[in-house]
Amino acid sequence: MEPLALYIHWPFCRAKCPYCDFNSHVRERVDQAGWRHALLTELRYEAARTGRRPLASIFFGGGTPSLMDPETAGALIAEARALFDAPADLEITLEANPTSVEAAKLADFHAAGVNRLSLGIQALDGAALQFLGRQHDAAQAIAALETGRAIFPRLSFDLIYARPGQTEAAWRAELRRALDIAADHLSLYQLTIEPGTRFATLHARGEIALPDDDAAARLYGATAEEAARFGLLPYEVSNYARPGAESRHNLVYWRYGDYLGIGPGAHQRLLVDGALIAVRRHRAPEEWFARVARDGHAIVEETALAPEDRAREALLMGLRLTEGIDPARITARSGLPFAACIDPTMLTACLDEDYLVWREGRLCATEEGRLRLDAMLPVLLR
Amino acid sequence: MPDTPLDHIRNFSIIAHIDHGKSTLADRLIQSTGTVAAREMKEQLLDNMELERERGITIKAQTVRILYKAKDGETYTLNLMDTPGHVDFAYEVSRSLAACEGSLLVVDASQGVEAQTLANVYQAIDANHEIVPILNKIDLPAAEPARVKQQIEDVIGLDASDAVEISAKTGLNIEGVLEAIVTRLPPPQGDAKATLKALLVDSWYDSYLGVVVLVRVKDGQLRKGQRVRMMSNGAAHTIEQVGIFTPKMIAADSLGPGEMGYMTAAIKMVSDTNVGDTITDDRAPAASALPGFKPSVPVVWCGLYPVDADDFEKLRDSVGKLRLNDSSFHYEAETSAALGLGYRCGFLGLLHLEIVQERLSREFGLDLIATAPSVVYKLKKTNGEEIELHNPADMPDPSVIAEIQEPWIKATIMVPDDYLGPVLTLCNERRGRQVELTYVGNRAMAMYRLPLNEVVFDFYDRLKSISRGYASFDYQVDGYEAGDLVKISILVNAEPVDALSFMAHRGQADRRGRSICERLKELIPRQLFKIPIQAAIGGRVIARETISALSKDVTAKCYGGDISRKRKLLDKQKEGKKRMRQFGKVEIPQSAFIAALKMDA
Ligand SMILES: Nc1nc2c(ncn2[C@@H]2O[C@H](COP(=O)(O)OP(=O)(O)OP(=O)(O)O)[C@@H](O)[C@H]2O)c(=O)[nH]1
Ligand SMILES: C[S@@+](CC[C@H](N)C(=O)[O-])C[C@H]1O[C@@H](n2cnc3c(N)ncnc32)[C@H](O)[C@@H]1O
Ligand code: SF4
Ligand SMILES: [Mg+2]
Repeated sequence: MEPLALYIHWPFCRAKCPYCDFNSHVRERVDQAGWRHALLTELRYEAARTGRRPLASIFFGGGTPSLMDPETAGALIAEARALFDAPADLEITLEANPTSVEAAKLADFHAAGVNRLSLGIQALDGAALQFLGRQHDAAQAIAALETGRAIFPRLSFDLIYARPGQTEAAWRAELRRALDIAADHLSLYQLTIEPGTRFATLHARGEIALPDDDAAARLYGATAEEAARFGLLPYEVSNYARPGAESRHNLVYWRYGDYLGIGPGAHQRLLVDGALIAVRRHRAPEEWFARVARDGHAIVEETALAPEDRAREALLMGLRLTEGIDPARITARSGLPFAACIDPTMLTACLDEDYLVWREGRLCATEEGRLRLDAMLPVLLR
Repeated sequence: MPDTPLDHIRNFSIIAHIDHGKSTLADRLIQSTGTVAAREMKEQLLDNMELERERGITIKAQTVRILYKAKDGETYTLNLMDTPGHVDFAYEVSRSLAACEGSLLVVDASQGVEAQTLANVYQAIDANHEIVPILNKIDLPAAEPARVKQQIEDVIGLDASDAVEISAKTGLNIEGVLEAIVTRLPPPQGDAKATLKALLVDSWYDSYLGVVVLVRVKDGQLRKGQRVRMMSNGAAHTIEQVGIFTPKMIAADSLGPGEMGYMTAAIKMVSDTNVGDTITDDRAPAASALPGFKPSVPVVWCGLYPVDADDFEKLRDSVGKLRLNDSSFHYEAETSAALGLGYRCGFLGLLHLEIVQERLSREFGLDLIATAPSVVYKLKKTNGEEIELHNPADMPDPSVIAEIQEPWIKATIMVPDDYLGPVLTLCNERRGRQVELTYVGNRAMAMYRLPLNEVVFDFYDRLKSISRGYASFDYQVDGYEAGDLVKISILVNAEPVDALSFMAHRGQADRRGRSICERLKELIPRQLFKIPIQAAIGGRVIARETISALSKDVTAKCYGGDISRKRKLLDKQKEGKKRMRQFGKVEIPQSAFIAALKMDA
């Protein structure tokens, strides 16, 4: 059986960033012990159903999981290791925000078993950090990067670019400064206006203007160039890594593997007896908490996905990866012959246009193709 | 109310050029006679269609019955018909005129006589109307009542010495209008004892009452329960309700000679109500019908297709109901290779086309594709056969065509002297031939013969823009002439789009071809692949543009396990694609079709 990835969601943040549509909430107080117990409860609930399977990774995401007590992370890691077969070098990632308070806890998280840190730097420019509504400044960001690098064997950080008014030269300089501090992995996201966020309102009013597609495409190209200077290669649309340092956890999503998702709003996909079961949990923290206390879990939806939906999911995730997709795997995960998943004329057209290539039996989006994936998928997939 | 003595009835239309204040005057007449309670009053009360209110124009003629206690102490029944000013709705005006004995000719005292003033007043004169000139908007500083009176006399030849000077906006001298109606317009004539003869003026579909018919009784009585017959087809119906407009429909026992009102009779068949028909008593039918109306002749045709092929039934039902309410709208079934089942629809102009399309989408919830509008060509084939071409896509191979004839119009353009130069240039560019050029003061009146095809698309917009809105324009269709015409095909991604092919004069072909390619380039959003756009005559490409591929379209973060959300987005995108038209590997949104042709400059 495929190893499982385990995602654990911590839904709390110190403040809501104006661009963010993640399931994150600001609360005065969080009952740390209660939450630890509840997360453990859901983890046990799922483990009882899956049985003892090999574990591929653990990922603490959010929200801001660095606000969690390191003890809680430790308890969850220990429980996961007890319930599943975990290798010694199990990848255990924690997302952290680079405020000084959180930076101070990093050593404790490491002691609790976290071996990979993902820092939400977002920008190294003071004005940009303010614009993004972040709780940290550039100095704190750099300090957190340095602390993180000293403590964790593996370090990744996130930056948001293609911000209003950001020039290519400024972005290259900013990225280089961050890379100088060194990391083995980067998530570099172009700013996206998500519906329902504060930025969406400002954008609708014309108060925020994003770079146009041509400019965004140029910035994307520049990003890859800068990352490459430091030996980081794009392995997914927005993710860059030193070969071998890719996020094993996120690769499970993109390869449409099996994963458990614990905590408010977490999603999960598991192949069970040929059926692909999708699970979704209640998003609201308090409601999630109450349901776990009552029922031992907060699942609000559990469905076996239709083969076409499985094929679409597998392809839309897989084509984001530089390694592309293996037709046999699409069939294994969807139950459909590959030919039934893709429109043959559009496939030819995309191959002719060099948006797609076959590489050693795998269908891959080229850099040009990856840049246009949202336009390509609806015409390519059946 | 019903059975009012004839000499206490006045039926009149309010006619004018666009925006000269017809509907506002109607408001004041309704208001000052207390027809509508103050709290229910609003501006342009009779413009009750959503589209009319949005655009501030009248599209449908409307009837209201008002009661007026005149200075002579008598109470009169006044039936007022507010009419549209735009040339595309002239058929509404002509039918209203046929239902009345008199007209109020409203002229904006600051603008003076305009093209539609002329067109409408001549129609009223033809209908033997008594006409009362009204000078409106005298509240405006720019009003020049004396000059405009002179103009009415010079241009129209109508005595304007007794023109009523008013401000419909402020309500100034509305009393003067009411008195003029009573004292200067003739009462209707008719015989209450004769057998029933009523003119079918208009009809529409009401979701509660079914088909509602607007009638003007000439002779006899129209009564609830009466068995009536439509003289054009012999169909008989039992009247369920008769009534009047206040402007709300209010039931009455009967309608007598000279009166206007409505009737309902459980009429199911749209074909049973033909405007201009004579309604008579089924048991004692009249010997002869009323003269009726000249049928309207559509000047522009286009195909209307449901975006979703499953909506064809709904479209069939909807065009029928719309036709009931718009007798100048014509339709016939049509099939297109690219678009499936639909209707070829005829209109009085491009505004009319746009309004019908809007009404179909709003009132009936239809999502439609419109093909390029076209005028009606007459083809003489080499074998002697003659055919009418409503759709350029149906054009036979040029080798079997001996001659193509196109419709011409006679246009009247009124424009201040200062802008005459550009107006004449525009007419000449459009292959116009000057018939006459006269002056009234500093206003020129140019009469031109023009090919309709040159006018139908953007002539009016261009005219307005080169004259800063000062030129006015009216036209009548004026015969056919042979012309050097070619069919231009538009190819998107190397595939012909029949819906976009059009006819043009050979001398204009390059320019039109180029301009539509340029427009399409602007209108079609960039896609995954570059899209070549070509215009061609037969196999010869006369213009080409390329829409480059979009440069970036990808969601930056695809983070976390919520794949369902991304899949649902994809599902939605795929659903959206169904509503587009596929050309090889690219899709065109329907809006590109009409927009491209409309703004051909
Ligand atoms: N200043 C002034 N404006 C007026 C007067 N009468 C009408 N208007 C304005 O002129 C505009 C057009 O008025 P309408 O009554 O809609 O004109 P219409 O002739 O019915 O227009 P169509 O039905 O589209 O042909 C509106 O903005 C009115 O408010 C008036 O006496 N004085
Ligand atoms: C779960 S979020 C953030 C985790 C952590 N709370 C933080 O803020 O650093 C993961 C990443 O998604 C990126 N992100 C979130 N919203 C975004 C948006 N609207 N546009 C681009 N990137 C976004 C940010 O870089 C963020 O670090
Ligand atoms: S970006 Fe991170 S810190 Fe900001 S609201 Fe979202 S999850 Fe919380
Ligand atoms: Mg009006």
